[in-house]
Amino acid sequence: MPRLVSHPDEVKIISRRFGQGAEKIDRYIELGGYESVKKCLAQTPDWIINEMKASNLRGRGGAGFSTGMKWSFVPKQSAKPKYVLVNGDESEPGTCKDHLIFLHDPHSVIEGTIIAGLAIGAKLGFIYLRGEYRYLLRIVEKAVADAYERGFLGKGIFGTQADFDIITQTGAGAYEVGEESALMESLEGKRGIPRIKPPFPAVVGLYGGPTIINNAETIATVPHIFAMGAEAYSAVGTPRNGGTRLFCLSGHVERPGVYELPMGYNLKKMIYEVGGGIRGGRKLKAVVPGGSSTPVLLPEEIENLGMDFDQVGKAGSMLGSGGVVVIDDQTCIVEFALRTISFYQHESCGWCIPCREGTDWLKKSLKRFHAGFGTASDIDNIRYLAENMLGRTFCPLGDAAAMPTAAFVKKFRKEFEDHLDGKPCPYAKEGVPQLTVV
Amino acid sequence: MSPKNMKEEPLTIFSPQLSARFDALVQKYPVKRSALIPMLLYAQDEVGYLSDAVVADVARRIGITELDVRSVASYYSMLRFKPAGKYNIQVCTNICCMLRGGYELFDRFREELGVEHKGITPDGLFSLEEVECIGACSWAPAIQVNYDFHDELDPDRVPGILDSYRSQAKAEGEAHA
Amino acid sequence: MADVTFTVDGKKLTAPAGTLLIEACRKAGIEIPSFCYYPGLSLQAACRMCLVRMAKVPKLQTACTTAVAEGQEFITNSPEIEQARKAMTELLLGNHPLDCPVCDAGGECELQDMTFKYGAGETFYAEAKNHREEQQWSPAVFYDRPRCILCYRCIRVCGEGMDVWALGIENRGSRSVIAPNQGNRLDCEQCGMCIDICPVGALTSGTYRYKTRPWEMHHVTTVCTHCADGCKVTLGLRQVDGAAEIIRSDNRDKSGMNNDFLCAKGRFGFDFAGSEQRLSMPLVRNAAGKLEPATWEDALRVAATRLTEIRGARGGSAIGVIGSNRTTNEENYLLQKFARTVLNTNNIDHERTTDYAAFARALAGQKGKTAGLRDVAFAPAVLLIGGNPTDEHPLLAWALRTDARLSKARLYVANASPIKLERQAKATLRVAAGGYKDLPAQLEKGESDFAKAVLAEESLVVVFGEEFRGADVANLVAWGLKRGNVTFAYLGDHSNSRGAADMGLLPDLLPGYVPLGQPAGFSEYEGLPTAPGKDLRQMLDAAGKGELGALLVMGANPVAKRGLDPAALKNTFVVALDIFLTETAEFADVVFPAASLYEKSGTVTNAFGDVQLVRKGADRAGVKSDFEILVRLAGEMGANIKALVPFGKTAVMGDLGQSRGVQSGEADRHAVWLAANGLEPRLSPFDPFAAFDEIVRLVPGYDLDRLNLLSGNDVRAEIGAAPGSALSTTDAIAPAHDGLFTSGTLGRYSKALKDIQEHQERELLESAAD
Ligand SMILES: Cc1cc2nc3c(=O)[nH]c(=O)nc-3n(C[C@H](O)[C@H](O)[C@H](O)COP(=O)(O)O)c2cc1C
Ligand code: SF4
Ligand code: SF4
Ligand code: SF4
Ligand code: SF4
Ligand code: FES
Ligand code: FES
Repeated sequence: MPRLVSHPDEVKIISRRFGQGAEKIDRYIELGGYESVKKCLAQTPDWIINEMKASNLRGRGGAGFSTGMKWSFVPKQSAKPKYVLVNGDESEPGTCKDHLIFLHDPHSVIEGTIIAGLAIGAKLGFIYLRGEYRYLLRIVEKAVADAYERGFLGKGIFGTQADFDIITQTGAGAYEVGEESALMESLEGKRGIPRIKPPFPAVVGLYGGPTIINNAETIATVPHIFAMGAEAYSAVGTPRNGGTRLFCLSGHVERPGVYELPMGYNLKKMIYEVGGGIRGGRKLKAVVPGGSSTPVLLPEEIENLGMDFDQVGKAGSMLGSGGVVVIDDQTCIVEFALRTISFYQHESCGWCIPCREGTDWLKKSLKRFHAGFGTASDIDNIRYLAENMLGRTFCPLGDAAAMPTAAFVKKFRKEFEDHLDGKPCPYAKEGVPQLTVV
Repeated sequence: MSPKNMKEEPLTIFSPQLSARFDALVQKYPVKRSALIPMLLYAQDEVGYLSDAVVADVARRIGITELDVRSVASYYSMLRFKPAGKYNIQVCTNICCMLRGGYELFDRFREELGVEHKGITPDGLFSLEEVECIGACSWAPAIQVNYDFHDELDPDRVPGILDSYRSQAKAEGEAHA
Repeated sequence: MADVTFTVDGKKLTAPAGTLLIEACRKAGIEIPSFCYYPGLSLQAACRMCLVRMAKVPKLQTACTTAVAEGQEFITNSPEIEQARKAMTELLLGNHPLDCPVCDAGGECELQDMTFKYGAGETFYAEAKNHREEQQWSPAVFYDRPRCILCYRCIRVCGEGMDVWALGIENRGSRSVIAPNQGNRLDCEQCGMCIDICPVGALTSGTYRYKTRPWEMHHVTTVCTHCADGCKVTLGLRQVDGAAEIIRSDNRDKSGMNNDFLCAKGRFGFDFAGSEQRLSMPLVRNAAGKLEPATWEDALRVAATRLTEIRGARGGSAIGVIGSNRTTNEENYLLQKFARTVLNTNNIDHERTTDYAAFARALAGQKGKTAGLRDVAFAPAVLLIGGNPTDEHPLLAWALRTDARLSKARLYVANASPIKLERQAKATLRVAAGGYKDLPAQLEKGESDFAKAVLAEESLVVVFGEEFRGADVANLVAWGLKRGNVTFAYLGDHSNSRGAADMGLLPDLLPGYVPLGQPAGFSEYEGLPTAPGKDLRQMLDAAGKGELGALLVMGANPVAKRGLDPAALKNTFVVALDIFLTETAEFADVVFPAASLYEKSGTVTNAFGDVQLVRKGADRAGVKSDFEILVRLAGEMGANIKALVPFGKTAVMGDLGQSRGVQSGEADRHAVWLAANGLEPRLSPFDPFAAFDEIVRLVPGYDLDRLNLLSGNDVRAEIGAAPGSALSTTDAIAPAHDGLFTSGTLGRYSKALKDIQEHQERELLESAAD
């Protein structure tokens, strides 16, 4: 069971029911659950969407797009049924927050899904969990069954005229399926290959119907917004970055864990105060601020960095999925880069040339390089390759592989050079063999 | 000439429970094919891997070709076409786990089990796999044994974990006997 | 759609809204490289070769998926785009084995071209390349993963184009491979479309691989010799010891009616031409009753002498002539003229696979009522009655599928048993066995949903086949004519069955279905016998009864086809012209080694009445075209060659010593016609185009668009006879029902087709077993 942590700086909105037994429907209700959906049932879709816009909630899946805006793109009239899709594929290395939501508060996802359905006029929602989350799927399935039993799902929910159904779905191991259109393909029983856009999912999505897809955390946040009011929620964060988010602190901190902090919270503080500083009193070397696909930041770049989408973007990286990976000064960046690119090589769906070939090539080059067989030109070649993938792939996975790679080379060139000419990895530890890499 | 004639429905290779579950599953979605990936995973849970017979049975239930099934199944890394051990040990070595000793953990498993990545112990009890991030990054290093998570591990806990599964297997064996 | 205006590289372009940018650019001569884009197949956006800069959009866009709209601005020629293209080829080459020197595609590889045009001069790739063994999926198809660039064209052409769906992708990322439907084998139609569409050398053909280098071949475009659809094929030829050998057949020339398409027979079934079993010397039966090689002079003399004797002793009616479904129009025309004017017999027929005579009669006096293959391919609605085009008319099936898929055409299928094309059908009707003849009445009643839907169509192409004969053809056609706006296509088998019937290989009809009794233009034939002759079956019966003195068989195998007891021919002097020692030729007294369709020139007419030019490609030592053999035989018999084949300016022809001259009191009509049409007379009696000119002049319906034909285009022939034409017997009709891998007697001599057939039979067995 993942350990829950807490810190005084936390503002517990999404996580307020964690560890309280709220996976049980009665307890959820006791803790104020299913009140927001009732509120929304009495309102118009436009009202719901406007509240969402006012909340300044931005997608927690990675891209940080305004949730209210996204919902407003769905056409009011549609010949085909509309759908709500909850993205619980959570596979970006560094990210484990949806894990806790499904574990401790599955009803918040259900409630949020119903509200989203009301907003766009959908009658069916899907909650898609990555295949590895089987024990969480059972919890969510139980929660859905309980909600059906109470009449919160199905025909005439909460005694109204509205109908809403939820289907849970399992993946089977594929990071790329977290990409919204690939997830739709997967849900339709196909290979997780993204779709050509346009058309965008809001217009042509699952089964060809207008679809909104949101991250599980985004959806779980929705009921809280209606519980506390959009204004109040928005006020917690920074301008255009409403509320809090679950930051997954990992790596070389003393107290890793998932902390709920207001948007804009200072990264340095997050590492040193919330996370208890670098493990074993070592020095900070670098931090990956938003999951493995986000460009690495140097200690000097985080001095005054507020963790919201805009500020991290300005600093040349991305807030991404909220996975803050802390790297100490005993870590080999080349090895870290290699492990990162190995992941993307493994997960590339293979559809497009730049990503399929680029990740394969980068992995081979970095592997050879790290093994001590690098040449000076490799360093530029690696960067050249990464830069030539950027912006040219079919979906953002290619960028997700290229961006961090380019940043590693750019910011740690010296360390790459230290590997040259058959020199052993300067960080090689006694007794630790070369990494095998899947 | 080329399309094969539809054959008589053969008896299913799945247990009555799973078969009934599949019957329900194909009805559950707006489109039958949506049941494909869960079916493959559940079939693998029961049979151990996606044998030719599993592929054929699932293809028939959904009404697609075996090629379609293979094409989809081979995309997903949890689905396999070869048997694994009774307990498939999946060690995450991705960045967060790596930073906190994922490789040391993996090596310890290799030593204890005497198998490499994707290897199976001779008794068929365990198989070992190095896997990508399993969503337990803040509790690294983490592993999954089949679907069970074990987190905040260190190599010294490896023998204990293995023992617990050995006794679980033994208990099951006795229960069956 | 309304036109929109947009700019590309500063140039203003106009195209209908929604046109794909890549198409709009190509039309305007702006080159956009692409691998995965293929016109007519679904969009992929996978190869990223076609990236362009679109104003106000942060990322580069794929031209293959961008629909043009008013006011857009694009840049395709900037350093940024050049770099994107260069990088893409570099990335592709990273894992690509550079085995161009031995690769089948070397020299005609899109990756090579792309690298040459857009790529980098040097490679900086230093990593080991991913390796995988080459796989053989079937006798026809091999796959080499390292060369594969994963453009998915093969998958799409097989699925969307062929509706076979035999190919898929397995694994993901750089481990992705193209996979066949049976694990490591292909159970499919073996059309080889996937090979043809592959931009690189990843899919190669069992018949061609490692045989040659593309630049060592020269190419000749002609017409497939197998089914009656008439695909244009390009033969790849290699010069060997003064002869030209076919080593490949494909459709690189996409100007034919078949456009992208060829089936297994057209693509792989050319190898019969190079078979060791080909006849290469004339054979004459010796005193011991054995066939032995002879010189051309001897063989011609023996044949001519005996034929002349029999004609003299027993009259022309004691001689029978059986023509071919695979010889050219000119040869067929010449054969009937030879039979009628030299042998003085109307005992002439061919293996009729359908009842074109009835079709002609039903359309008597009509014009423009037949549908060419192109008409079918673009028809808004088609009623397909009977048959199974997928197996028997593969190009027709392709055309119907494409029409349904890309033009949303409505296909109606009425059939006694289920056929694959029903998948494309808007409606299907199961016809009772033997119930086809009632269909017109049933449709007219308009009771069933099927009939209602058909009747609601504003225009309709009715495609039908041998299930209709004689009066049934007349009924169906009458129904359609009454409805108006209906055109017809009537299917026969083999590459020139329509031509055989059109050219008068019939006992009671002259070319163009002109009745013997009212020979019209053919009255110029010298000594045309007027009594109808025997049909094929009657001839064979007569031979069996010892009543047929001689039988001349050109490119036909009635012994095998009719299961004839060869003893039935023992009292008949048999002359065979063939490319193989067929069951029939084996019992002949004189056998002439003939050239195949790929070794001669002329024209053929497909089932739809589309006439195409046949060009001589291969060259085989020892053989002569049927045309030349017939002319020489006639010469040897002392016939007036100038009357048989109009050639030469003057009345004298040196070596044959014959003269046509001006018939008593009559001008040379052919010369007059030539002059009137501004044409030159042909110089040699062996020039089939001399007969062609006469066909155009005399045969109703063959007043062809000659310029177009001679420049390689297909042109339309009309079918239809003068009202009141005599009835041609229908009971001699025997459809071939060849499948995808069979082609009458000819197909048996194709190793490639035999191997494929055996492979497919094994697949069938295996699938029955599991
Ligand atoms: C390669 C790739 C992987 C992704 N994985 C996930 C994921 O696991 N979970 C998720 O919520 N979003 C993921 N996304 C983002 C989704 O495409 C999508 O933007 C998101 O689910 C939208 O929800 P939001 O607006 O609530 O953030 C991924 C995107 C890409 C390109
Ligand atoms: S970038 Fe291309 S290959 Fe990579 S995951 Fe996306 S579509 Fe697939
Ligand atoms: S040969 Fe034809 S039918 Fe067979 S896989 Fe290739 S395209 Fe498909
Ligand atoms: S085999 Fe050829 S056509 Fe098929 S994906 Fe590979 S390169 Fe493309
Ligand atoms: S057999 Fe018919 S369909 Fe096949 S290539 Fe020849 S003409 Fe075309
Ligand atoms: S990196 Fe190991 S669980 Fe995420
Ligand atoms: S041609 Fe546009 S991506 Fe391949």
